[in-house]
Amino acid sequence: MRASAIQPLDLVAVVGRVALSLVEALGRFGTFFARAVGYTVTPPFKTRQLWGRIHFIGYNSLIIIVLTGAFTGMVLGLQVFITLSRFGSEAFLGPAVALSLIRELGPVLAALMVTGRAGSALTAEIGIMRISEQIDALTVMALNPLRYLVVPSIVAGIITFPLMTAIFDTVGIFGGYLVGVRLLGLSQGTYFGEMKTFVDMQDIMTGVWKSLSFGVLVTWVCTYKGYYVGHGAEGVARATTQAVVLCSVLILVWDYFMGSVLP
Amino acid sequence: MIRVENLRKSFAGQPVLKGVNLDVARGEIMIVIGQSGGGKTVLLKHLLGLLRADAGRIVVDGVDITDLRGGALDAVRSRYGVVFQGGALFDSMSVFDNIAFPLRERTSLPGGEIAERVHAKLEQVGLAGMGGKNPAEISGGMRKRVAIARALVTEPEIVFFDEPTTGLDPVLVNTIHGLIVDLHAKFNFTAVMVSHEIPEIFRIARRVAMLYDGRIVETGPPDAIQTSPNPVIQQFIRGDPEGPIHLR
Repeated sequence: MRASAIQPLDLVAVVGRVALSLVEALGRFGTFFARAVGYTVTPPFKTRQLWGRIHFIGYNSLIIIVLTGAFTGMVLGLQVFITLSRFGSEAFLGPAVALSLIRELGPVLAALMVTGRAGSALTAEIGIMRISEQIDALTVMALNPLRYLVVPSIVAGIITFPLMTAIFDTVGIFGGYLVGVRLLGLSQGTYFGEMKTFVDMQDIMTGVWKSLSFGVLVTWVCTYKGYYVGHGAEGVARATTQAVVLCSVLILVWDYFMGSVLP
Repeated sequence: MIRVENLRKSFAGQPVLKGVNLDVARGEIMIVIGQSGGGKTVLLKHLLGLLRADAGRIVVDGVDITDLRGGALDAVRSRYGVVFQGGALFDSMSVFDNIAFPLRERTSLPGGEIAERVHAKLEQVGLAGMGGKNPAEISGGMRKRVAIARALVTEPEIVFFDEPTTGLDPVLVNTIHGLIVDLHAKFNFTAVMVSHEIPEIFRIARRVAMLYDGRIVETGPPDAIQTSPNPVIQQFIRGDPEGPIHLR
């Protein structure tokens, strides 16, 4: 047998190494979050940094949220109207658009949009701070980088994601109104009246819980990826890509899980 | 003031520090010289508590910081000032805010006094009136001086300099070195600097330590180091490609 041939024990060693590194990464990911949660509930609270993050994640994402919300609502209005008209049920356009947005599309699409705009920037910013020793500078000033960079981002995510989702939903419902009522001739009373009949608080809370959890998930993943970035510009680029991809996948997986658990 | 005993550190099985021993006296300027990639910054990061040693001990003013964590380590760090290789200035803040940052975060000084101290430091480093600029708008030499001002604004007892003149022209190198000497004379801090600016560092160091092959091979006043019979030191000082030092 040639010396270079792969031995069964080598394969076991490789699998073992992969498993160990996976467990280590998951442990680090979890510990990172646990420490951030610990600093969230203990003073000193960095309110100035928090306002900055709310502006960065929320306010700066407003245009993209309004734009995507409007067109999502308009597309829904058009497609659902066409579908419902086949069954003579156009009257249910309002609740169909509202329920789709409030329960599902609003939280998911708003989270995906904020991930693309603010999440990637968050990873890149913290990553650059890491490779340019700014995080080390904070540490040796006896100031905790997690408290300065990560906690404000996660709290800002918890505050802004539900607000962004509410704006997305509202604009989307009016987008559906524009197409269904203004363009396709459905009566305004039917559109909004049926909506009031079919949409209840439970639907709204489903959307709120989803957006809250997405706010935590996106900021957690994005700050983690930036905090433990690799070396140089390539490391930052890789971390940013990984953060966006991981967030997008986790949003969809978590959405399914929440959808199946929440009423 | 600082004692390093038999410090060892490996990365992925590759030993970088193989038993470093070093003593830094209170109030002196100790400069650690050595090859690029030879472990000088790694040694410095251990002194700062940014890396954990595999073995050995680091004692700062009687406190063993080797395994110190959390608040206890922060208490030691609050006596430090650090000038990082690239300055490590916060991009999102102006020069003024960068220097004011440690005062705002670590002290309860009123805004007026903080502003006074920041302006005084800017003047000491020759950057009066530059407080409103962003780090991206100023030159490399200015950034180093801002980093020095930020490191000294809290009046630390120990200041660490990680290659503070790398990438600067000879005039700027001597300007920065002159600035460090002036500030040291004025504030009498203990300085630990890693550098390979030969021969400029011999003009400012009180003592020089040569790090080679993961160990301190010689420590002494600049004159003693320059006349040392150790072939490693002689080759390094002369910048001779031939000799016992292997390229990394």
